Amino acid sequence: MAASTDTTADQPTGKAETAKKAGAPARSDGSDAFLSVRDLRVHFSTDDGVVKAVDGLSFDVEKGRTLGIVGESGSGKSVSSLTILGLHNREKTKIEGEIRFDGRELITMPERKLRDLRGRRISMIFQDPLTALSPFYTVGEQIAESYRRHLGANRSDAHARAIEMLDRVGIPNPKTRVNDYPHHFSGGMRQRAMIAMSLVCDPDLLIADEPTTALDVTVQAQILDLLRDLQDEFGTAILFITHDLGVIAQMAHDVLVMYAGRSVEKGTVREVLKNPRHPYTWGLLSSMPNLSGDVDVPLRPVRGTPPSLLAPPPGCPFHPRCDYADVVGGERCRTEPPLLALSEGRGTACHLSAEDKQRIFIDDVRPLLG
Amino acid sequence: MTETISETPAPAPDPAPKSPGEPLLDVRGLVKYFPVKGGGLVRRKMLNVRAVDGIDLSVAAGESVGLVGESGCGKSTTGRLISRLLEPTGGTIHYDGNDITHATRKQIAPIRSQIQMIFQDPYSSLNPRQTVGTIVSSPMEVNGIDPEGGRKKRVQELLERVGLNPEHYNRFPHEFSGGQRQRIGIARALALQPRLIVADEPVSALDVSIQAQVVNLLQGLQRDMGIAFVFIAHDLAVVRHFSQRVAVMYLGKIVEIADRTSLYANPHHPYTHTLLAAVPETDPDKSGNRTRVHAFGDMPSPINPPSGCRFRTRCPKAQDVCANEEPPLIGIDTLLAGHRVACHFPGPLEATAKAEESMPEERIEAALEAGITTDPE
Ligand SMILES: Nc1ncnc2c1ncn2[C@@H]1O[C@H](COP(=O)(O)OP(=O)(O)OP(=O)(O)O)[C@@H](O)[C@H]1O
Ligand SMILES: Nc1ncnc2c1ncn2[C@@H]1O[C@H](COP(=O)(O)OP(=O)(O)OP(=O)(O)O)[C@@H](O)[C@H]1O
Ligand code: SF4
Ligand code: SF4
Ligand SMILES: [Mg+2]
Ligand SMILES: [Mg+2]
Repeated sequence: MAASTDTTADQPTGKAETAKKAGAPARSDGSDAFLSVRDLRVHFSTDDGVVKAVDGLSFDVEKGRTLGIVGESGSGKSVSSLTILGLHNREKTKIEGEIRFDGRELITMPERKLRDLRGRRISMIFQDPLTALSPFYTVGEQIAESYRRHLGANRSDAHARAIEMLDRVGIPNPKTRVNDYPHHFSGGMRQRAMIAMSLVCDPDLLIADEPTTALDVTVQAQILDLLRDLQDEFGTAILFITHDLGVIAQMAHDVLVMYAGRSVEKGTVREVLKNPRHPYTWGLLSSMPNLSGDVDVPLRPVRGTPPSLLAPPPGCPFHPRCDYADVVGGERCRTEPPLLALSEGRGTACHLSAEDKQRIFIDDVRPLLG
Repeated sequence: MTETISETPAPAPDPAPKSPGEPLLDVRGLVKYFPVKGGGLVRRKMLNVRAVDGIDLSVAAGESVGLVGESGCGKSTTGRLISRLLEPTGGTIHYDGNDITHATRKQIAPIRSQIQMIFQDPYSSLNPRQTVGTIVSSPMEVNGIDPEGGRKKRVQELLERVGLNPEHYNRFPHEFSGGQRQRIGIARALALQPRLIVADEPVSALDVSIQAQVVNLLQGLQRDMGIAFVFIAHDLAVVRHFSQRVAVMYLGKIVEIADRTSLYANPHHPYTHTLLAAVPETDPDKSGNRTRVHAFGDMPSPINPPSGCRFRTRCPKAQDVCANEEPPLIGIDTLLAGHRVACHFPGPLEATAKAEESMPEERIEAALEAGITTDPE
């Protein structure tokens, strides 16, 4: 089956945003990336059939760079990140593809070795700090424990390290606060404590799954500042999952848009947000309200309903909801899956020609964006 | 526009309010304290979390009032008090002219059905072992209401109304997407023909496209059925889109309230400034925040809130008077009628930004320090 690819670099990759964010090294093409995911498939067996939660996903994350992942609820964002960490139920899950981290394959790695990587070199921040922190131990004990377990530090070194970490995440008076229990901390503080815990071993890769969704905008701004500073200092690679395109605009160097378990568009943050090329990305951007738009105009969601993952639509999974399948013509969108080139930084999985994408974006989509 | 609000004639909203001209909901001096055990040296003493500490709020029939503010400032508590899921510690709640502040279960029964709540989480607020039919009809069950044509018919009308397939009556929640589940919750809230819906973060967990679907759906209900809303959300753009008036809360109090146009174009409370400034720019070329106004540190403890103005520990404009006198929530001559601010030195955003520039380092340090503990020891 012939699959079309689109690797047109619509724009020279912007230097502006890399300068503004962490001192990021240039992105390398090819698969020698720090974290490289190739054709990942994660399928769950359920009573109703096989759920294809992730179905052919590829991306790279480099040291010192942040890859933002956006996409529909249920498009496989959390499942992908849990798979990278090896936190899936190995019995009910079928995993195919490659996940290479710093040259080592994670999918086939034995659980014992993986456990060692987890927490030490790869760590995760979850949406809800309360589920990640135990109410029975002090914040300091929890931070120190991870340090001792992974790096074999002694008690007093680990305690000192916990204080240092609390200080680094902006908790004043860390020498006293280190002995507090999580419920003594406010929501924003707890989220910071959790970040301190996930960073205690100076991980090389940080996976943040909606770390600020439950927080208000002021606390969110503080957390984002903190993550940017830490990345500047340690060159951490960050995988940042969120629904908030404003957060993506301010945090990410590169962006991946997911739909039905696949990546449909990727590029630098400027390319994807300012010059999007995939009809689903257009739909996402035009459904967002903004702080100055006309309040009397209804919002514009993507029409139709999300695809079933038990029986995804054939061809392009977005075709039942896409306004442009007829522009492509024939049955192509309904029969032939469009692919995203693996090696290029910029790309979309869509059969539209580069000229059509440009024209439709300028004529139909851009006027709708604030 | 792809929203599928059905054309089935909506059941007419209840007859006009008892006394025309009066708000549907009128809240005065509402207070809610939660008793908690002290920590450390005061372990055995009971302390009060002053979650909601004297707020006034009114909502007209068919109006939507937005409630925004920092995590923990008392938004959900306010919503639950209004829905009478919590017993107020003080103040009064009038609904349609009746005092329902301390109404008993029995007294509130006739009104109960008119005030409904939509919860934040579409995943955990639906019982996974019940069918959609059972979930949506449960308010009728609980209140012993038998609509004409039977409950099943009514449920199917409701499902259609929120854009779900009525044939999905027998399906279970896990067979629906997040946005569809949120619609099931909305259908349940509509089952008893409410006149007021308290929506607590109804779209926070959803992607922007599904968010848009749900917001349009609620807007259709507001327009077609004249339902009033108290709409709680973190996303200031969504609130602006959905609510005609917006109240900004800080540490259990309303600090600014206004028509949305006035509030977003001309905010006058320093806390509102920090809030609006923190909304991330969606244009990657415009870096960071909109202005240089920051919220230093965290919100102080609601157990032991600062004297005078509660925002003073973090406010760049604070003066001595702010520690001694609590600023009342009042109108300002230069602003539209109905725009009220609780601040001794209200002013435009630029003034707050300027004050912040010259804020001494010690004060910033102190602000960072002040918000830490939630538990005095
Ligand atoms: N253990 C499991 N068994 C069966 N299906 C699963 C399992 N875990 C996840 N899924 C399904 O896989 C799909 C992807 O889920 P995932 O949590 O990755 O979505 P997401 O993109 O993170 O969505 P959201 O933005 O709502 O968090 C969903 O349809 C989900 O229902
Ligand atoms: N049952 C309770 N017992 C003790 N304290 C409580 C209880 N419920 C709420 N609180 C406290 O009351 C304050 C207000 O909580 P509330 O949930 O109303 O905040 P919120 O504005 O909805 O915050 P968020 O944006 O995080 O949802 C918080 O300090 C909270 O910890
Ligand atoms: S491949 Fe066809 S259906 Fe899919 S997004 Fe492109 S135009 Fe639309
Ligand atoms: S009253 Fe004083 S402390 Fe409070 S917001 Fe106004 S200027 Fe700031
Ligand atoms: Mg998720
Ligand atoms: Mg809440």
